[in-house]
Amino acid sequence: MEIARHWRLKQQRYGLVGEVCPHCDVKIFPPRDVCPECGGEAKTLYTFSGKGEVYSYTTIYEAPAGYDETAPYTVALVKLEEGPLVTAQLTDVDEESVQIGMPVEMVTRKLRQDGDERGMLVYGYKFRKST
Amino acid sequence: MTDVIIAGIGQTAVNEHWDVSLRELGLFALEAAVRDAGGLKPQALFVGNMLAPNLSRQAHLGALLADFAGLTGIEAVTVEAAGASGGAALRQGYLAVKSGLVDAALVVGVEKFTDVVGSEVEAALSTASDSDFEAMQGMTPTAQAALLMRRYTHEYNVPADGFAGFALTAHANGAGNKNAMFQKAIKPDTYTRASMVSDPVNMFDAAPLADGAAAVLLTRPDLLPPGFPHPLVRIAGSATASDTLALHDRKDMLFFEAAYLSTGKAVKQAGITLDQVDFFEYHDAFSIYAALSLESSGFSIRGHGWKLAADNRITRDGSLPCATMGGLKARGYPGGATGVYQAVEAATQLRGQAGANQLANIRYGMIQSLGGPASTAVTHILEKVS
Ligand SMILES: [Zn+2]
Repeated sequence: MEIARHWRLKQQRYGLVGEVCPHCDVKIFPPRDVCPECGGEAKTLYTFSGKGEVYSYTTIYEAPAGYDETAPYTVALVKLEEGPLVTAQLTDVDEESVQIGMPVEMVTRKLRQDGDERGMLVYGYKFRKST
Repeated sequence: MTDVIIAGIGQTAVNEHWDVSLRELGLFALEAAVRDAGGLKPQALFVGNMLAPNLSRQAHLGALLADFAGLTGIEAVTVEAAGASGGAALRQGYLAVKSGLVDAALVVGVEKFTDVVGSEVEAALSTASDSDFEAMQGMTPTAQAALLMRRYTHEYNVPADGFAGFALTAHANGAGNKNAMFQKAIKPDTYTRASMVSDPVNMFDAAPLADGAAAVLLTRPDLLPPGFPHPLVRIAGSATASDTLALHDRKDMLFFEAAYLSTGKAVKQAGITLDQVDFFEYHDAFSIYAALSLESSGFSIRGHGWKLAADNRITRDGSLPCATMGGLKARGYPGGATGVYQAVEAATQLRGQAGANQLANIRYGMIQSLGGPASTAVTHILEKVS
């Protein structure tokens, strides 16, 4: 059972909530509590705008269990405008049109069907093309 | 401190062994290594394995294999570092013997992929990435490699067939290895026509997952049995380093920092410079990993790793032969056993027992085992003792 884990991550999944370092002001996502820049403690929450651009991307045809239904799907490294990179699926997009540098914005979508947990659905962030 | 000698080596063929269990694979390699070492008795067993708890619902492989091999009573544990589990287990065996606390250590790498198939394998593999922030997005190891290869190709303007040399070299070398999964050379247009697995990673850019086990028996020179029949191969350098687990947490993802760090340490310990390395067994789970390993280890400047392959410099008669028994690409990729296969193959070369694939005039071989996109890198330098 992973219900507690999914609940614990809900701020990140639904709101792209990371952290900001009170010492050097660097923005951190995913949250890691120790600042990767200055090594200081960084537990101040920070909500990201959800805007960024594609840093790299690919398409997955052979998906892991729980994701088979949505395959093929496109995954990307998205460079958020505040600095960090995030790994995320792209959605509502024709994969042929995806390019490095393409502007994207966060949306909330169904991520996986949890086969081991009586069909439990997990929702979270994905990114779509923005204008 | 003492030298650490690779006294015995053993391996199964890498393949889909539907009829052979995890423990039988491990036992085959283990017994072969003990036999090859003249019956030397190990006091410790280090098992390199990546996914048995997921794929075979079997943890606790140290006790399992010691028991199954009739070695009950000895120290026996599993070492896990994803795809680098084999290299990590080798290092533990090395440390045990080097310290003087263990006289003879057996290192066995074993992986059994074919107990499950399809999406269950992908799900198991993805547990080695960041579960909360990579795997949860449906990421796979192949897709991680594809993200790296796309970005690399973008930044360095690599042509579409730029990585072909890695697959061509691996398959040419696999042809001379009876334990390799693929024993046939391929033509350049076989590479260019290959279907995409995760664009731009094509079928020949990704190593095939398969079952296998390999083993080495390590000891001190003074404990070798009388009349030991093989040329001596010692571990001259051993180091491991880590990097961020997730790709998105790296400041510079086109450089394998852990490969850089572990190579630097291992080479320094061996008391050599990089240009004294005669051949390199890299972890070519994906072509892009081979390129980045060559660059990060210092064999090439950044952005030029693929050119070493394209310019035929990594073939057996090139300036730095790589994947000399087929690498992960043609020998096959038996997960956590891989790093031990590399040790077995490098020792075979240094002993002069590599048959059709034998390199001439070699003294130092470097082997490098990677976990994920080099979130762990374990590097060893093996030396033929003159
Ligand atoms: Zn800071």
